[in-house]
Amino acid sequence: MVLEFQKPRPIWQIMFSSHHTDVGLLYLITSLAFLFMGGALALALRAELFLPGSQIIGDSMTYNRMFTVHGTTLIFLFIIPFASAVGNYFVPIMVRYKDMAYPKLNAIAFWMIPPAGALVWLGFADFTWYATPPYSIIAAPGPAADMWIFGLKILGISSVLGAINFIITILKCKHPDMSLGQVPLLAWSFLSSSLIIIVAIPTFAAALLMLLTDRLGVSGFFNPAMGGDPIAYQHLFWFTFHPEVYVLVIPAIGMMYEIIPRFSRRPIFSHNSGVFAFVLLSMVSFSSWAHHMQATGMSFTEKTVFMVGTLAAVPASAMHVFNFVATMWNGRIKFATPMIWAVGGIALFFSAGAGGVVNAAMPLDFQTHDSYWVVGHFHLFVMGTIAFGSIGYLYYMFPYVTGRMYNERMGQVHFVMSFIGTVLVFFTQHVLGLYGMPRRIYDYPPIPEWITMNQIATVGAMIIGVSMVIFLINMIYSAGKGKEADTHDPFNLGGKYYYPFEAKTPHH
Amino acid sequence: MGHHSNWPEWVYVGVVIALMCWVGGEAWNAERLIEHIPADAEIIKVTGQQWFWSFEHEDGTKEIGVLHVKVGKAYKFEVTSKDVNHSFNIHDYVVLMDAIHGRINTVWFAPMEVGEHAIQCKEYCGLIHYNMRGKLIVEEADSTS
Repeated sequence: MVLEFQKPRPIWQIMFSSHHTDVGLLYLITSLAFLFMGGALALALRAELFLPGSQIIGDSMTYNRMFTVHGTTLIFLFIIPFASAVGNYFVPIMVRYKDMAYPKLNAIAFWMIPPAGALVWLGFADFTWYATPPYSIIAAPGPAADMWIFGLKILGISSVLGAINFIITILKCKHPDMSLGQVPLLAWSFLSSSLIIIVAIPTFAAALLMLLTDRLGVSGFFNPAMGGDPIAYQHLFWFTFHPEVYVLVIPAIGMMYEIIPRFSRRPIFSHNSGVFAFVLLSMVSFSSWAHHMQATGMSFTEKTVFMVGTLAAVPASAMHVFNFVATMWNGRIKFATPMIWAVGGIALFFSAGAGGVVNAAMPLDFQTHDSYWVVGHFHLFVMGTIAFGSIGYLYYMFPYVTGRMYNERMGQVHFVMSFIGTVLVFFTQHVLGLYGMPRRIYDYPPIPEWITMNQIATVGAMIIGVSMVIFLINMIYSAGKGKEADTHDPFNLGGKYYYPFEAKTPHH
Repeated sequence: MGHHSNWPEWVYVGVVIALMCWVGGEAWNAERLIEHIPADAEIIKVTGQQWFWSFEHEDGTKEIGVLHVKVGKAYKFEVTSKDVNHSFNIHDYVVLMDAIHGRINTVWFAPMEVGEHAIQCKEYCGLIHYNMRGKLIVEEADSTS
C-alpha cells in the first residue's frame, strides 16, 4: 500500500521523486487544481449568459479569453493529467512491474505540465481552443496567442513522452507470466490511447510550428493573404484532435471497467470484447476527423467518407456499453459512490453517442453545426462521460492514496447534484442549438426560448458548482481526518474480487 | 473470462451496425437531394468581414446587413470572406456555410413564405462575433421595391 497521507514525507521528496505513485500523486493534485480553475471559468461564462446583455463579464474580449482558457485547461490540464495520474498509479501494478519503464522520463513528462499551464493561464489567449487561422494569425492579440502556442507545444511533448512510457511499460515490462490478453482492461485502455497519441500528436505539433511562423510573418502556410490555405490547418488540427477525443474517453472507459465488475461483484462480461473494442476504437478514431469541417465547403464525396468513418466508431462504443450492462445484469450491485458515478457516466456516454450520430448524419449536421448543440454534445462526453468516470475512479482510488475513506454521504450528494446539473446544462444546450444559438457568443438577442434555455443551463451549472465545493471539502477533510480504510476491502464488497490496491510496491 | 457464450453481444453489435447503415444511407440520400442546386437559381454573392455581412445580387444591387429576396425563387449563395473565417447562417432555412478568405463556397435555398429571418455568424471571428447579425427579408414575388 502507498499511504501518502498516513506517513507524511517532506513535500520535496514527493516533488523530486520519480516513483510512479509519487508522479501519479503530482499528476493527480495538478489535474484537480486545474479542474477547479477551469470549472470556475465555466461558472463565470454561464453566469454571463443568464440574461441577454452584459452581466458579470465586462466585455466580449474577456469572455472570449475565458472560454478559450476554460476549454484548454479542462482538456489539456485536467482530463489528460488526470488519466496520467490513474495510469501512473495502476498500470505498473496491473502489469506487475516495479515502476514505469522510464521513471525519470515519467517525472519529466509531468514537470512539463506546470510551466505549460502557466503559459496558457498567464497568456489568456482568445482564439478558442482550436486557434483557427486566419484569426489566430492576423487578429489574435499577442503575446497571449504565442504563449498559448508554446504552452500547447510543451503539453504535446509531455503527452508523447507519457505515451511512450505507458506503451513500453505495458508491452515490455509486464510480468513474463502474464500474456498481453490477460492485461487488465484499464491497462489496455492506456495502451490504446497511448498508441493514438503517438500517431496523432505529431501532426498538431507541426501545425503549431507553422502557426507560429505564420504569426511571425515569415511564412504563410495558413494565411490566405500570403497564398496559404486556412483549411489545411483545420485538417492538421482535427487529424490530431478527433483521435484525441478518444485519447480522452478511452482511459475513462478503462476506469469504468475497473469499477463496474467490482461493485457488481461479477467478473467482466467479456474481457476480450473490451480489448477488441478498445483496439477498434483507436483505429477508427482516425477515420472521422473532417466531420468537424462539414461546413467548410467540402465536396459531397468527402462529406460522405467522413460520415461513414464517424458512424464506424459507434459499434465499438456500443460494445463497451453492452459489456457494462451485461456485467451489471444479475450482479449483486453495491451502489457505493464510485459505482454510481460510473453508471451515471455510462448513461451519459450513451446519450452523448446518440447525439453524435445525429451530428454525423450529413443533412442534420447542418442544423447543429457550430451551434450550442455541439457544445452540449461534446460536454456530455467530456463532463458526462470522462469527468464522471474520472471522479468515480478518484473516489475508488481514494483509500489507496490516502489510507482513509471519503464521506460516503457527501460523495452521493456530489453525484446526484452533478448528474442533475449535467443534464440541466448539456441536454438544454442541445435544444438551444436546435433553436439556432451559435456557440462562442458573449451576448445574444432577447429571444424568449433562448433566454429560458440559457437560464436553465446556468442554474444547472451552479448546481454542479456547489456539488464541486462539497467534493473539495470531502476530499480535503477525509484525506486528513476520514475514517481509516480497511485496506484489504475498503468498499466492503466481500473481498472476493481482486483490488489493484493489494499489490505491494515499495518506494525506491 | 470467456467461459460463457457471447452471442447476445454479437446480435447487439449487428443491430447497431444495421442501424448505422440505415442512418448513413438515409443521410446520404437526403444530402444528395439537398445539394442539387436548381438551374435557375439566382446568384447572391455573400461576403463576411469583421463584423458584418454584405450581399451582391445578380443585377449588381448591393446590400449590407439586410438581404431582400423574393418568395418562391431559388437562390444560390456564393459565400466568401474578406478576413477571418465566418459562417453564414440562416437558421430558419438551415442555410449554413463557412465563409473563408480565398474560397467561394456555395449553398442554396428557396424561401417558401413571406417573412423576416435572422442571419448570423456561426464561426468564431473575434470581438463582435456575437453581434455579427443580419436580417433576411422575404418579400412577395410581384413586389417591385
